[in-house]
Amino acid sequence: MDTVFSLLAISLGAILSNNFIFSQFLGICPFLGVSKKVDTAVGMGFAVTFVMGLASAITWLVNTFILVKFDLMYMQTVAFILVIASLVQFIEMFLQKSMPTLYTALGVYLPLITTNCAVLGVALLNIQNNYSFIESVVYGITGGLGFLLAIVLFASIREKLIFADYPKCWDGFPIALVTAGLMALAFMGFSGLQVW
Amino acid sequence: MGNVIAALLVLGILGALFGLVLSVASKIFEVKKDPREEAILSHLAGANCGGCGFPGCGGCAAAILAGTAPVTACAPAGPENAAAIAKIMGQEAPTGERQVAFVRCNGGTNAVKRYEYVGVKDCISATKVAAGPLECAFGCLGFGSCVNACQFGAMSIGPGGTAVVDPDKCTNCGACMSACPRKLIVSVPANEKKVKVACANKDKGKAAMSVCKASCIGCGLCQKECKKDAIHVVDGVAVVDGEKCIGCKLCTKVCPRDAILPIATAEEKEKYKAIKKAQAEKAKAAAEAKAAESAQ
Repeated sequence: MDTVFSLLAISLGAILSNNFIFSQFLGICPFLGVSKKVDTAVGMGFAVTFVMGLASAITWLVNTFILVKFDLMYMQTVAFILVIASLVQFIEMFLQKSMPTLYTALGVYLPLITTNCAVLGVALLNIQNNYSFIESVVYGITGGLGFLLAIVLFASIREKLIFADYPKCWDGFPIALVTAGLMALAFMGFSGLQVW
Repeated sequence: MGNVIAALLVLGILGALFGLVLSVASKIFEVKKDPREEAILSHLAGANCGGCGFPGCGGCAAAILAGTAPVTACAPAGPENAAAIAKIMGQEAPTGERQVAFVRCNGGTNAVKRYEYVGVKDCISATKVAAGPLECAFGCLGFGSCVNACQFGAMSIGPGGTAVVDPDKCTNCGACMSACPRKLIVSVPANEKKVKVACANKDKGKAAMSVCKASCIGCGLCQKECKKDAIHVVDGVAVVDGEKCIGCKLCTKVCPRDAILPIATAEEKEKYKAIKKAQAEKAKAAAEAKAAESAQ
């Protein structure tokens, strides 16, 4: 039961109280860049979830079985970037061949994820928090789901913002950043959350 | 020192391993791309103007390859490139002279205004306010939606208040044609000698006459005058067949509304009238002489 509870705590933390966007401020670039429409936001969110889950698994393996063995923990960042970049490339090729519809749906977002700091962040946090393999994968996937939740909520607000009557100098990114800040404030409400 | 070497080795091997996996994967998961697509793309204009109706030049190349677009889909690329694309696709090179866009309206200051429009300077917006500020439901509004759409600087709002095309700059890409809410812009032969009807008003007679000083009223005089069967009244407005027109300009001299370009001057018209009168009298005299001869 303990593992189930700890996994639940990790999931709730990753989605709500320690949301990657709103409390750790990782992955802000795609969050602001790909949130003009809900459709594309959903696509980006799922792509990030997918890559974060896979990257968590592989980086954990690389760290435990290679870096720790050779006492090279200080090379984590470099090694993880290498892993993530190759992984995204591999997924892109794989999707283009076997799932062309998903490939065209994800489109330009997949390569964008290569340089997404949320993916590198989740890999490094897994090691920092001393997570086991299962915990790492769960943290990666739920962290991605947290990103999905944040970007979809944000995109639906931005779609409505078109009809809002704000001063013209706020048009575009200024109003988006203010909205993101207010949403981050709202998500701070989850920080006192206690599961049991 | 041992640390550095270990780091170099481990990361080097890791990198090489990933590189190997990726290169193997690129062979396994290779998606065959038709090399013709690249070749076609190199013959397109590359301006991504969107005139062909596809998302950029890449989309157009894919459509040409798939056969859903003609080899001439890219108008700005010109006939030489169309011929090259036709060769790539294994088709006959298309023939035909250069075409340019033409605005079928000479209204502007000639047209009767219904109200003064003061909204956004955009033709589509203007048509949304009580169907536009002109009495004529077909005429050019002159707010320049086509001017904005043109990527080649070939469109402008002329002194007469209607959009005009600079045939030297025009590439016939079609961007203005889809931007015009009144669908006034069409492709015509670039040959300046050939006549063009600068009106699209489908109303007949008085209805067309009352809304504009330069409207085609569908009287059909030009159709009767044409020796080459190149101009016809279709749906209440004269239409020139660019292939048949030889540029004799007889129709411009008989048009009572000056709706056919190039507009004939009053002098030319008088001269032509006199010639016609003389011809008619001659024919009449000949017929009378013939009648007299047969009577005898």
